[in-house]
Amino acid sequence: MSFKAEDMKLISTITDLTDIPSGAINIRVDGQAVIRNSSPNISVGPNDDGTGLKVEIKAGTRDEAVHVPVIVTKAGFKDKVYNTFIVNEDADVTIIAGCGIHNDSHADSGHDGIHTIIVKKGSHMKYVEKHYGEGSGRGKKILNPTTDITVEDGASAEMELVQIAGVDDTLRSTIARIHENDSLKITERLMTHDDQRAESLIDVYLKGTGGNAQILSRAVARDKSSQVFKAALIGQADALGHLECDAIIMDQAKIQSVPQLVAEDAQAVLTHEAAIGKIAGEQLVKLMSLGLSEEEAVNTIIEGFLK
Amino acid sequence: MLKLENVSMAIGDNTGEAREIITGINLEFKPGKLYAITGPNGGGKTTIAKVIMGIYKNNSGHVLLDGEDISNLSVSERAKKGIAYAFQQPPRFKGLTVPDMLNIARPGLDQVGIRKSLRDVGLCPEDYQDRDVGPGLSGGEMKRIEIAQVLARDARVSIFDEPEAGVDLWTIQRLIGLIIAKYQNSPKSTAIIITHNERVLPICDEIIVVDGGRIDKQGSGAEIWPLIKDDIECKVKLQCRGEIGYEF
Ligand SMILES: Nc1ncnc2c1ncn2[C@@H]1O[C@H](COP(=O)(O)OP(=O)(O)O)[C@@H](O)[C@H]1O
Ligand SMILES: [Mg+2]
Repeated sequence: MSFKAEDMKLISTITDLTDIPSGAINIRVDGQAVIRNSSPNISVGPNDDGTGLKVEIKAGTRDEAVHVPVIVTKAGFKDKVYNTFIVNEDADVTIIAGCGIHNDSHADSGHDGIHTIIVKKGSHMKYVEKHYGEGSGRGKKILNPTTDITVEDGASAEMELVQIAGVDDTLRSTIARIHENDSLKITERLMTHDDQRAESLIDVYLKGTGGNAQILSRAVARDKSSQVFKAALIGQADALGHLECDAIIMDQAKIQSVPQLVAEDAQAVLTHEAAIGKIAGEQLVKLMSLGLSEEEAVNTIIEGFLK
Repeated sequence: MLKLENVSMAIGDNTGEAREIITGINLEFKPGKLYAITGPNGGGKTTIAKVIMGIYKNNSGHVLLDGEDISNLSVSERAKKGIAYAFQQPPRFKGLTVPDMLNIARPGLDQVGIRKSLRDVGLCPEDYQDRDVGPGLSGGEMKRIEIAQVLARDARVSIFDEPEAGVDLWTIQRLIGLIIAKYQNSPKSTAIIITHNERVLPICDEIIVVDGGRIDKQGSGAEIWPLIKDDIECKVKLQCRGEIGYEF
């Protein structure tokens, strides 16, 4: 199987792949799996009701990755998929998801990915999901990911959720439950521009003693775009939670940031920091004094911030 | 090489009236010489530096580089023409690392160059490979990294704004050695150090004392140092006894 150059470019924007790797992979194009391979330790197959994928990682699997990117290229196509990922005991794996939309038409196209992730005892999982839209049409590029993650006792998970650019409308919803001695780190990077809208809702339940959750969000809103970020840490045990949301606002953009801490156990320790501000004049002048133009200085600051 | 001719700069204050911060400044900086600007806090030293860099625009007079009036050039354009300024209070950046900043200061600087730049300002390169020039660094670390950027630029006019603040004596000595080696007797570049440091001032070729936005005294190090020595030594003593703060 080989891809058209523009499709491969889209895949590589969201996954950093330059060609199709051997090993566990599923590439979905306009609602169809065009490549699907399992590896000895990672099975990739349809779920029970045929609405999406089931990816299961064998206990003890170390240092392996599975790629499950999605692209939408057909004009006006609306894709919806239900995927389940099960990371069995004592594994250490990376899951690379992500969605890219190319739309040159005047009809809206989109992808709703509904993901359930279970990380079992003693495992570590890294989950990376990048979103990107492109194309010349007036049709919107819409991405609505829903992620439900359960981290079992003594496991840890890192999630990197990134919206690179070009997504007109997004509603991102993430729910996480973490148990005894677990750790979870969610890093979100969100860029909106033009008339785009983004809403991100993250709820993390700290359900077990010794749990540790961090939500770190960085966002940039340019032009007339608008963003709403609502994140809640719900402490239900002797656990630690920290929430940080930091945003750069530019032009005529709007940002609403709502960090929420809910303690339902007297031992829970929850903290948050939130900041919204424009790029400081001193920062621009400093980079310009090193020889960058004003535009280069702005882009350098944004790229660094969202890195 | 660089000349300020009758330069004044005013800023509108909160009553809407323009307040003159520096007035009628005439200065000439020649290649191969080391200049010190000193004087009391609030005297206008940083403002002169910022007017040279283009961060503030002069309302009257001329800033001339090799005879060309650069008063209307942007900060970037002046940087490209070879003016560099190490900020008194460098801004912090989230997501730009120490090597990132050095690479912006000097595009193409390799690992060896980055390590050397950091060692020159008394920092251990291993500790700064992936640290942001951000809230995690101390004031002294920020200053050193700021100085390293300007040294790395190899500019024609390099201005260091109170490089001694937050930097230990040993490093200051070493830095001064570097600055002397790099700029004193250089055929095409010059350094301007804004300082109160009693080790730096006497060795500069020229000392400029700025007070109340005007040049109060100006002359060779040998000439001016004896006149201001007592003042500065007195301040240093008071600092040591904790009677006045280090910012002056
Ligand atoms: N951007 C500004 N807005 C208002 N006042 C300023 C500004 N910059 C400098 N000043 C004032 O100008 C005077 C000189 O400041 P500065 O050049 O920073 O002094 P120095 O560097 O000698 O300590 C001070 O009174 C300072 O408050
Ligand atoms: Mg100053």
